[in-house]
Amino acid sequence: MRFFIKLSKSPIAIVGLFIIIFYLSMAILGIFWTPYDPLEMDYNKVLKPPSLEHFLGTDEFGRDIFSRIMVGSRISILISLSATSIASSLGIFLGVISGFWGGRLDNLLMRVVDVLFSFPPLLLAMFIMAILGERTYNVIIAIGIVYTPQFARLVRASILSIKNLDFVQSAFAIGGSKLHILFRHILPNILVPIIVQASLCLSLAILLESALSFLGLGIQPPYPSWGNMLSSARRFMLIAPWTAIFPGLAIVFLVLGFNLFGDGLRDLLDPRLRNIR
Amino acid sequence: MKKYILKRLLSIIPVLLGVSILVFFLVRLIPGSAIELFLGTQVEATPEQMEELKRIFGEDKPIPILYLEWLSRILKGDFGYSLRTSRPVLPDILNRLPLSLELTFFSLFLSIIIGIPLGILSSLKQNPIINILIRIVGLLGLSLPQFWLATLFVILFSSIEGFIPMGNFVPFSKNPLMNIKMLFLPSLAIGLGLGAVVMRFTRNNILEVLQMDYIKTAKAKGLSQRVVLFKHALRNALLPIVTVLGFNAGYLLGGAIVIEEVFALPGMGRLALYAIFQRDYPLLQGIVLVISFLFVLINLLTDLLYAFIDPRIRYE
Repeated sequence: MRFFIKLSKSPIAIVGLFIIIFYLSMAILGIFWTPYDPLEMDYNKVLKPPSLEHFLGTDEFGRDIFSRIMVGSRISILISLSATSIASSLGIFLGVISGFWGGRLDNLLMRVVDVLFSFPPLLLAMFIMAILGERTYNVIIAIGIVYTPQFARLVRASILSIKNLDFVQSAFAIGGSKLHILFRHILPNILVPIIVQASLCLSLAILLESALSFLGLGIQPPYPSWGNMLSSARRFMLIAPWTAIFPGLAIVFLVLGFNLFGDGLRDLLDPRLRNIR
Repeated sequence: MKKYILKRLLSIIPVLLGVSILVFFLVRLIPGSAIELFLGTQVEATPEQMEELKRIFGEDKPIPILYLEWLSRILKGDFGYSLRTSRPVLPDILNRLPLSLELTFFSLFLSIIIGIPLGILSSLKQNPIINILIRIVGLLGLSLPQFWLATLFVILFSSIEGFIPMGNFVPFSKNPLMNIKMLFLPSLAIGLGLGAVVMRFTRNNILEVLQMDYIKTAKAKGLSQRVVLFKHALRNALLPIVTVLGFNAGYLLGGAIVIEEVFALPGMGRLALYAIFQRDYPLLQGIVLVISFLFVLINLLTDLLYAFIDPRIRYE
C-alpha cells in the first residue's frame, strides 16, 4: 500500500501505469474477442486502408490489422513477462549466491557475467535462437538469458552495499540464521531496485522480441507478432503504409509505458540514478 | 596512467577466453554435427565408417583437447571454412566489417551532434513544461525500435527523388560522398534514439553542475553567464557522456545488425542472418567471435578514454 501512495507522487509513473493497463486489457480482451479472426484471409479485402469497417486497415492477406495487433499484444506481453521472470529469478539467484555467500564462487560467477556482457544483446539473442531453433518458448529462453546478467550484477551490488550495515550485522549478532537474514532483512531492502530493473527489462524484452521477429528469428507467421507484422509489411509499405505504421506504434507506446513507469519509480527511489539506462 | 592501461588490458584476457569457450560450446550444442551435415540425409554410415569420419574430421578427441586445438587455430587467424561456399570464413567476415563499423560510427556521431547541442539549448531555460517534455523525448528515444524508424524513413523519403540512393553499396574509399549519402538515413535511424538519450543526459548533467559551489563562485566573481556556462559548467557536465555512449555501444552495434537488413546493406549483420538461415555454423561462429571481440574492445576504449579525461578514475 505504501508503495502505491508513493507512486501517486509521480505523474510520469502513473501515465506509464495507465498505458500498461490499457495494453493488458487489450491483450486479455483479445483472448475472448477480436473484431475479426486474426488468421482468416480474405482475398477480396487485400491491403485496404483504414476505414470504419477495418479501423487500422487490412494486410496483404486481407487480415484485419487491429485484430492482429490485439493478439500480438498478448504475445508480446506474455513473452516479455516470461522472459523477465526468467531473467530476474535467475539473476536474483546468482546475485544472492555471489553477493551473500561470496568467496570463490562469487569470482567465478562474476566472470561468467562479464562474458555474457561481452555480446551485444541482439547478437547474443540471435545466436541463441540459431542454436535452439525458431520456436516461441525459445524466444523466451533467449531473451531471459540475455538479460540475466544485469539482474545478477544489480542484486550482487545491492547486497554488498547493505550487507555490512548495522541492522544486518546486529541480526547476525543475535544469532539469526543466514537464510532468515537473507529473506527477512536483505531481500526486502533490495526489492525496489529490482522492481525498477524489471520494468526496464520488460521494455527491453519487447524491443528485443520485436527485433528478433522482424529478422525472422522470433515468432513465426502466420501467428501475429508486432515484429513479424512489420517484417511482412516491408514489401508493401510504399503502397500500404498503414501495414507498417500501426504495428510499430503499438510497440512504441507499450515500451514507452514501461519506460515511463520505470523512470518515474526510479525518480521516487533515487533521483541520482535517473540518467542511467 | 600506464599502470591503469596495463591493468585494463590484462583484465580483458579472461573475458575473451570466456567468450571463446562459450561460443565453442554453444555451437557444439547444435543438433547435427559437421559430419552429419557432410553426409546429408541420403547417406547412412556404418558405425565403423562413422569412427573413420570422426578421425578425418578430427572429432575423435576429448572435448577440452578439441577446444584447445580450435582456439590455437583461431589465434592463428584460421576461423574455419564455410559449409556452403567452402571458403575460409575470416576474409569474408572482414570484408563486411568496414560497413558495419562505419554505420556504427556514423550513428554515434549523429547521436552526439544531435544530442549535445539540444541538451545545452534546453538547459538554458528551466521550466516544468520543458522538463517533462525533455524527459518524454528522452524516454521516447529509448522506446523506438530502430528498424521501425528506418521503415518510416523509407516511407517518408522515398517520394523525394534521389534522397534514398538505389543500387549497390559504394565503399567509402571509392566514392566518399555517395557512401555518406547511402549511409545517412540508416545511421540516423540508429542514432536518433541514442541522440534523445544523450540530450536528456546532457541537460540533466548541466543542471546538476550548475548547482555546484564552484559555479556560484564563478558567478560571484562577476563572470558572464556565457563564460560560466561554457568554461565552467559544460566541461564538467560533458565528461560523463562518454560513459553513456560506451554503455550504449551494444545498442549501436545491434542497431547496425537490424538496419542493414532494412536497407539491404552488405554488412556483418546481414551476413550473420544469412549464416543462421543457411545453417552455416562456422560462418556464424566467426561472426559472433569478431563482433563480441569488437564489443569488448569498444568497452575497453571507453574506459581508457574516460580515465584519460577524468584523472580521478585512475587512482581508484
